Amino acid sequence: MYAQMVKADGKGVKSREEMDAEERAFQDKIDRDVKIEPKDWMPEAYRKTLIRQISQHAHSEIVGQLPEGNWITRAPTLERKAILLAKVQDEAGHGLYLYCAAETLGVSRDDLLDQLHSGKAKYSSIFNYPTLNWADIGAIGWLVDGAAIMNQVPLQRTSYGPYSRAMIRICKEESFHQRQGYDLITKMAQGTKEQKAMAQDAMNRFWRPSLMMFGPSDKDSVHSAQSMAWKIKINTNDELRQKFVDQTVPQAEYLGLEIPDPDLEWNEERQSYDYGEINWDEFYQVISGNGPCNKERLGARVKAWEDGEWFRDALTAHADKKAAKKKKQQQDAA
Amino acid sequence: MADKDALFKFLCRMGDNCLIIGHRNSEWCGHAPILEEDIALANIALDFIGQTQLWLGLAGEVEGEGRTADNLAYLRDAFDFKNFLLVEQPNGDFAQTLTRQMLFDAWHLPMLQALKESSDERIAAIAEKAVKEAKYHLERSRNLCLHMGDGTEESKRRMQDAIDLLWPYTGEMFKSDNVDEAMVAAGVAPDLADIKATWDNFMDEFFAEAELVKPENAWFQQGGKTGTHTEHMGFLLADMQFLQRAYPGATW
Ligand SMILES: [Fe+2]
Ligand SMILES: [Fe+2]
Ligand SMILES: [Fe+2]
Repeated sequence: MYAQMVKADGKGVKSREEMDAEERAFQDKIDRDVKIEPKDWMPEAYRKTLIRQISQHAHSEIVGQLPEGNWITRAPTLERKAILLAKVQDEAGHGLYLYCAAETLGVSRDDLLDQLHSGKAKYSSIFNYPTLNWADIGAIGWLVDGAAIMNQVPLQRTSYGPYSRAMIRICKEESFHQRQGYDLITKMAQGTKEQKAMAQDAMNRFWRPSLMMFGPSDKDSVHSAQSMAWKIKINTNDELRQKFVDQTVPQAEYLGLEIPDPDLEWNEERQSYDYGEINWDEFYQVISGNGPCNKERLGARVKAWEDGEWFRDALTAHADKKAAKKKKQQQDAA
Repeated sequence: MADKDALFKFLCRMGDNCLIIGHRNSEWCGHAPILEEDIALANIALDFIGQTQLWLGLAGEVEGEGRTADNLAYLRDAFDFKNFLLVEQPNGDFAQTLTRQMLFDAWHLPMLQALKESSDERIAAIAEKAVKEAKYHLERSRNLCLHMGDGTEESKRRMQDAIDLLWPYTGEMFKSDNVDEAMVAAGVAPDLADIKATWDNFMDEFFAEAELVKPENAWFQQGGKTGTHTEHMGFLLADMQFLQRAYPGATW
């Protein structure tokens, strides 16, 4: 999931009796699946939590350009280069929709970006892992976009209108990415000895970080109850993680790739796969800035922003001059 | 019917220009000054990679030795690439990227417009498709260059520096050689003097509006069209061709 550590505001879920009339009307709407729109009344905590969630997601899309962008110049065929370019372009587009959705809640994109650049805002831990061989591009499409879809498909039904509509657009493209990623890694897994080794290496490195994308395990996921009552979170982290494992294991088997988890085993009783404990220390380290690529990723975004300042300033200055000229023409004509 | 060898070279020039400028644009991915430009640059790079597939695909067909567009893109060395020196110049700051793009687009659009009338139907068909994209490319690069020329003091200075830096690479686009002459004779491609007239007009109008200074450079760099490149080209290819070179015979 792209927003994996969203701290919910508010002091726990209120009972109906504790709510005032406005809050009760708001919660009733959500319970009846009526969408909340930007002009509607909403509790401040709902607004704040949503801003945090949507902007984490937006930042993830933007930072997510980097690990894949790392291979655009080295894509092995013209078609692969075009597919990867189109994919990374989509991710930037997702960032744009999501920043727009967040802006309907009364924040500006620039403020959100400042929070990203200062390190205050989070983005998905997955993008702090390096892309080291070409099969990683397949693994990302297959596993990372796959995990994102798991989380985002239910979010199409989220209570906040602009977020839900952004999710509907995004999900269509994400499933396309996943298919293309799977196609890429299939080529690798069925290719030469070296290509197979690359595919397995990618699998070895991306499997556990992909599982971490769903966020902490339910027992440690302190903010879920409120988010679920507000329908800005639909399923629990562990539910989605399990669904992802169950979906992905047969695909890996089909590819002949080994999943790097000795504890992975089909559980006949649960009709589901058991899997090994996730290294949560690593997860919290990566989330708090100590992953293998945190410094490079954030550094690259900050550099792009700072290097581009003169360009953005010039665009604004030009637009101002043009507006002033137009105004003067209108005055002269009057 | 045009001479096969000359036609092959001409098609490689068209394709290589698209490939290399597309590649350079793709290097920006994730690093552009604003999100909208990340999207625009990826979009333009995509257009050029698509055009490359068409031009180099046809080049391989004309050559008749079974080489595909990918073979030509990934398995030739620098001396066999026939793109202009202009398009292989590094991205530099965003002003350099925009300037490089405008200088090229202002050649590319009239070239494609003329190629729509090519005596070779396959070429006319590619031009027909590409011209729509080239129109948008030029509109965008021209507008942004104008805005940067008339933005802040800094943007104006950066634009002027970029123009001064890249101007010497523009002469090569109009220098006709025996390949170009053979194409003109066969009715395949236009006379470059005509393209130059259109380009000059465009630039005069641009400089009149932009309040930037048109360089008075009489000496032009050349060599790209015949395979003598700048030092940048080897590194670009090392990057681009890495997988095909390291794992020959693999399918991707
Ligand atoms: Fe995305
Ligand atoms: Fe996403
Ligand atoms: Fe995606």
